[in-house]
Amino acid sequence: MKSRGKNFLISLLVVFILPGLVIYVIFSYYGKRIDQHTPINVKFSADHVPSTDHSEFEILQQEFNDPHEVTAACISCHTSRDDEIMASAHWKWEREAEIPGREGTVNIGKKNLINNFCTGAAGNNGSCMRCHIGLGWEDKSFDFANSKNVDCLVCHDQTETYLKKSGEAGLPATTENASLKFPVPNYNYVAQNVGLPKKHNCGVCHFAGGGGNNVKHGDLEEALLSCSFEVDVHMASDSLDMNCIDCHKTEKHNITGKLYSVSSENKNRATCEECHTSTPHMDKILDEHYYKVACQTCHIPKYAKVNATKMYWDWSSAGRLDDEGNPISESDADGNHNYLSIKGNFVWDDNVTPEYYWFNGTADHYLSTDTISEIPVKINTLFGEYQDPEAKIWPVKVHRGKQIYDTENKTLISLKLFAKNKGEGAYWKDFDYDTAAYLGMKYNNRPYSGSYDFVKTEAFWPINHMVSPKDETVGCIECHSRVGRLAEINDFYLPGRDYSSIVEYGGISLIILSLLGVFGHGIIRMFTGRKNN
Amino acid sequence: MKTQKIELYSKFERFWHWTQGGLVILLGITGFEIHNSFKLFGFETSVRLHSAASWAFLILIAMAIFWLFVTGQYKNFIPTTENLKAQINYYLSGIFKHAAHPTKKTKLSKLNPLQRIVYLALIILVFPVQLISGFLYMFQHYPNKPIEMAGLQTVATIHVIGAFLLVVFLIVHLYLITTGSTPLTNLKAMITGFEKMEEDEELIKNQV
Repeated sequence: MKSRGKNFLISLLVVFILPGLVIYVIFSYYGKRIDQHTPINVKFSADHVPSTDHSEFEILQQEFNDPHEVTAACISCHTSRDDEIMASAHWKWEREAEIPGREGTVNIGKKNLINNFCTGAAGNNGSCMRCHIGLGWEDKSFDFANSKNVDCLVCHDQTETYLKKSGEAGLPATTENASLKFPVPNYNYVAQNVGLPKKHNCGVCHFAGGGGNNVKHGDLEEALLSCSFEVDVHMASDSLDMNCIDCHKTEKHNITGKLYSVSSENKNRATCEECHTSTPHMDKILDEHYYKVACQTCHIPKYAKVNATKMYWDWSSAGRLDDEGNPISESDADGNHNYLSIKGNFVWDDNVTPEYYWFNGTADHYLSTDTISEIPVKINTLFGEYQDPEAKIWPVKVHRGKQIYDTENKTLISLKLFAKNKGEGAYWKDFDYDTAAYLGMKYNNRPYSGSYDFVKTEAFWPINHMVSPKDETVGCIECHSRVGRLAEINDFYLPGRDYSSIVEYGGISLIILSLLGVFGHGIIRMFTGRKNN
Repeated sequence: MKTQKIELYSKFERFWHWTQGGLVILLGITGFEIHNSFKLFGFETSVRLHSAASWAFLILIAMAIFWLFVTGQYKNFIPTTENLKAQINYYLSGIFKHAAHPTKKTKLSKLNPLQRIVYLALIILVFPVQLISGFLYMFQHYPNKPIEMAGLQTVATIHVIGAFLLVVFLIVHLYLITTGSTPLTNLKAMITGFEKMEEDEELIKNQV
């Protein structure tokens, strides 16, 4: 009896307790993720305390007649800062870039690229160059070598009273053209209250690109000036309330980070890793996703979280006027324009789920010298594929459009849209595409055949802002499922999504066959057993 | 004929068997959830359980291989054609007529010729295949990092084929347990280690 008891205990141990312990350990220690992240070590620009009180400088107490004089005063102390700024893309609106697949280098930027919003800035200077950091880039005669043309205040004003007047190519209002909306700035007050750029300094242009709030980016808009943690964990006013330059680290006016709607090279980028490291999760499996998945992909599940962004723009329907010949506007249910005589039809959307593309940090662009080779025309192309070791999956806003092109030359047309007066040939005043195309192309030194039509285009804007709180992060099965967020990226095997139908059908058939086999065999055994009994 | 209780399965062997059984079932369930065949623990939990279970499985297999060679038990898995036909005939007809098992179990020969082939196939094919493809799967997440492969397509497909074969094995295995002298004989033996045997010294000598 004693040995039977002992044997019972041993059996209990080796058959139940030890195997059970192995399974228990697996479940209790590895079944859940430890909710931790690596510590972040950052110094925010908000901590910066100015070392001088600008209001005490006599030079800033003088009477300023125009903003050029303010700039001259700034440079008199901040020597050579003008050289820094004049070497930057903010000033030049172009960068020298080597683009894979193209020979040599090209100079590209807002200055000369064509987009599928208002087709391009060049030739519409009065309106578009309001967002240039210069003063009065009205036409080609603008002097890029003159330091006094730099507008220091638009980026450094901390009073939020310095405004560039609309339609004046980057100049603030003068006593002649001042209005209630755009008064003449109090230059002494502004100049004596300068500081590091805040969100409103950057946002005045970067939130409003394309002619209105959040038109272009989708993830950059005025709501970020004062938003909740759910909208953007970094810029939330109830949390870190970070400024743009906290991430877009800047030295000597070289601001890191750029968007691939106008850039091409994998250089000078602002990255998440800088603060968060490339292994932030304290979890191997999640950290390994970093090889192939951009941080943004999981941490920005949707964009345009507050105000809508423009998703589609059809220029072909523009020009419809009312009975008196005046331009009209129509709005959708959310109050966003879905028709404007001057621009055509739009589709807006908010809380948009991004599209996903491989992206290795380099991009191509439709250059003004290119001809159309595929439809939809790609305004820009994000390079990358699964086999590319640099490439990661990125969330992207794709802005689709239908815009004017030259049917003979097979080129996208740069339109002349803006003019102050009727009769100057600008589309927004005269509603004549042919003249607007002719003048726009002429300004850009590009040929125009005189025949035009409209063609579908696509622009790819990687999403970087509006990072969500961690509990709203994209979950595993949103991609690792038969039909998920990554359903369109098919150049690799994604666990949970992909399978071989042959293996699937074969395996399931084999299981069914074996089940039938054992049931059949068992039933025969039961019957023969009974018979014999 | 005298019957005698002999210890057929040692303590380690039973530990191996049941732990492996548990791990294979856990790996199967979590693996097929990762494959999106069904939902149970949740994808993320399944991935974590699957990875942890695979390490446990690797350690267990290493211990088992050591044990097999140290004890000479590996001989159980050397295939033989002797009695093979009789064994097949038994499952196809003899079993229904309550004929005697054509193969006698002993400590050093506890598998019938069919089992020898199936278990050997299991040991040298499915397990190494699953282990190797599984660990490649685990470490080769992305091209060139850290092992250079074109992608997961091949390893994943092999791994899924192996998984299906293991499910089929499990089904047949569970059924064949019931084909002992009573439906529970084999199960009891794998739990207690002992099985009532007809004494047959001659057979033991011949088969070792």
